[in-house]
Amino acid sequence: MDIHLAADLLHAALRAGTPLALCALGVLVAERAGVLNLGQEGIMLMGAVTGFAISLETGSHAAGALAAIAVGALMGALFVLLTLPLRANPVASGLALAVFGSGLCAFVGSGYVGSSLQGIAVAAIPWLSELPLVGKALFAQDPLLYAAWALALGIGLTLHRTRFGLVLSAVGEDPEVAHRLGVRVLPMRAAMACLGAALTGLGGAYLSLAYTPLWTEDMTSGRGWIALAMVVLAGWRTGSVLLASYLFGFFSILNLLMQDMGWSVSPNLLSMTPYVLCLAALIALSSQGRFSDRRAPGALGQNFHKEG
Amino acid sequence: MIRLEKRAQPARSMLLLAPLTALLLTLVTGVALFAALGQPPLPVLKAFFIDPVRDAYGLSELLLKATPLLLCAAGLSLCFRARIWNIGAEGQFLLGCLCSGAAALAFNDANLQGLARLAGVAAGLGAGMAGGLLWAGLVALLRHRFNCSEILTSIMLNYVALHLLMWAVHGPLKDPEGFNFPESALLANPLLLPAIADGYRTHVGFIAALALLAAFGLVGGRTLVGFQLRVMGESASAARYAGFSQGGLLWLALLGCGAAAGLAGAFEVLGPVGQLTPHLSSGYGFAAIIVVFLGRGHPLGMLLAALLQALTFIGGENLQIEFGLPKSIAQIFQGLLLFYLLAADALIHYRPALHKPVVRIAA
Repeated sequence: MDIHLAADLLHAALRAGTPLALCALGVLVAERAGVLNLGQEGIMLMGAVTGFAISLETGSHAAGALAAIAVGALMGALFVLLTLPLRANPVASGLALAVFGSGLCAFVGSGYVGSSLQGIAVAAIPWLSELPLVGKALFAQDPLLYAAWALALGIGLTLHRTRFGLVLSAVGEDPEVAHRLGVRVLPMRAAMACLGAALTGLGGAYLSLAYTPLWTEDMTSGRGWIALAMVVLAGWRTGSVLLASYLFGFFSILNLLMQDMGWSVSPNLLSMTPYVLCLAALIALSSQGRFSDRRAPGALGQNFHKEG
Repeated sequence: MIRLEKRAQPARSMLLLAPLTALLLTLVTGVALFAALGQPPLPVLKAFFIDPVRDAYGLSELLLKATPLLLCAAGLSLCFRARIWNIGAEGQFLLGCLCSGAAALAFNDANLQGLARLAGVAAGLGAGMAGGLLWAGLVALLRHRFNCSEILTSIMLNYVALHLLMWAVHGPLKDPEGFNFPESALLANPLLLPAIADGYRTHVGFIAALALLAAFGLVGGRTLVGFQLRVMGESASAARYAGFSQGGLLWLALLGCGAAAGLAGAFEVLGPVGQLTPHLSSGYGFAAIIVVFLGRGHPLGMLLAALLQALTFIGGENLQIEFGLPKSIAQIFQGLLLFYLLAADALIHYRPALHKPVVRIAA
């Protein structure tokens, strides 16, 4: 394999992994606070259609991305409303969000199918982007991808290196104790659920604004669900979440490489690979039996309400 | 400020009132939604909820659409009773379709008679059920042996099943005389399930679905196994101390669901569709989850909920034809209905109170 092909592959893998990474980061911040929101697929689709529609109407990618963030946060707020004050079952609430989102996005986006949008332009960093192999991948990407990396860095540092991050894991591990120590558990969970959903919305917008600048009803193809699995695989740690997401990005573009090398495999069987890989990774991880240091937050998906 | 105050006893009246409230709120939201879109709300709602079921044929179509929903919901209710979150009825349904179609195609002959015909239909039904069992069994195996979350594995398997079906209709099972459409050959008449009455498409599968719903309802509500499933759902540790075999219960609930969902797939292929196509499911496996919640896992409740969900599917198609609105409206209504139901359910265990309750301490 020549170096240009390798550089192109790396470049494409990072682009393919970014929507997944943004969504998985959103899942991560919410789950660290103990919020299990299964509605990611619906939120991501809504983010994708909103980002696309607003960008097309206003001609501004930034407006589209911001609108996707807002719609994501709004859907997060809907989840919060159901599960925190109304104490509904979070699994069912998340599923309702997934069904509702995939219906609503098709409805909102029906007028945009077939429209085309100029994708976010690449902002190549002079000189650095000329580096062999990694130059194009790391330094010739679009601004939204750089923004995603900045967000990932910020989230990683906040979760693992600050007092706030510790308080957050206390809320996720044992809300009872956190409450007794004076932490305002419910507002914190609400905020993290909205923030997480906003990131997922942005992940959807990356799909429709940068990765494949168009709109189709099934454009997320299960990335929202895969992101939920990624966070489990990554043991709820930011660095591993990113690594897992980009590895998946790499595997999802492998079909391009296979075509290049002249292999002919049914495209239907190839599009099965992300899900099969995901299952295989879940099995491989658990058969290692080292779950002690990578288990879920203790109170993940459990409702908390103060008594007395 | 309004606060939710815990009731001493769950309110039984709310068990029934909550779904009705949710339905009413969904309708009101629908009116508002259509008005906002500049569509006349009442004619649209009429086209959605009333027009499809105005005559006997419309009602029979409703029963036809409700059949896969009833089967999937009956299976899922076993799982959800034990809080086994099997989201995979969709995949179990699709694999049931695929296996059933593949088996029936092997017998495909317009002159099948007598025993050979019986064998062909039995092979189609059996293979469908086996497909569902296999897919649900994988979920059970992964959870039991590898401790993988059944939510994630069942969802991944949904996608794998869908792509397997796509592969089959694009490749090995594609009709060689089908003008290159991704569809299998049409199944011959002797292989199709008989209709309940001439001129209607509702087939004997609906009666089987009712029987299975009743049987699963009895197992869930009136037997020791059903009780054990519920205990396991309420508290895994209580089930452990009581010595219940949690692995056995897990396998039982998932395999029960897989068999029912696989059978639903076979009924679609051997019933109204009569061939393998990429669009065999309109999301029945997902809609069935809503049916279980809406019907409270009770057979009668699920029957009503399945009819309602079937109506949203048919109504959505009708709106597409009459008003040119996207078919996805059905999903919006399904999602809204579940939202409102979950919100209204809060009233079963809590009551709204205007002020903070005064705590009286007995002297």
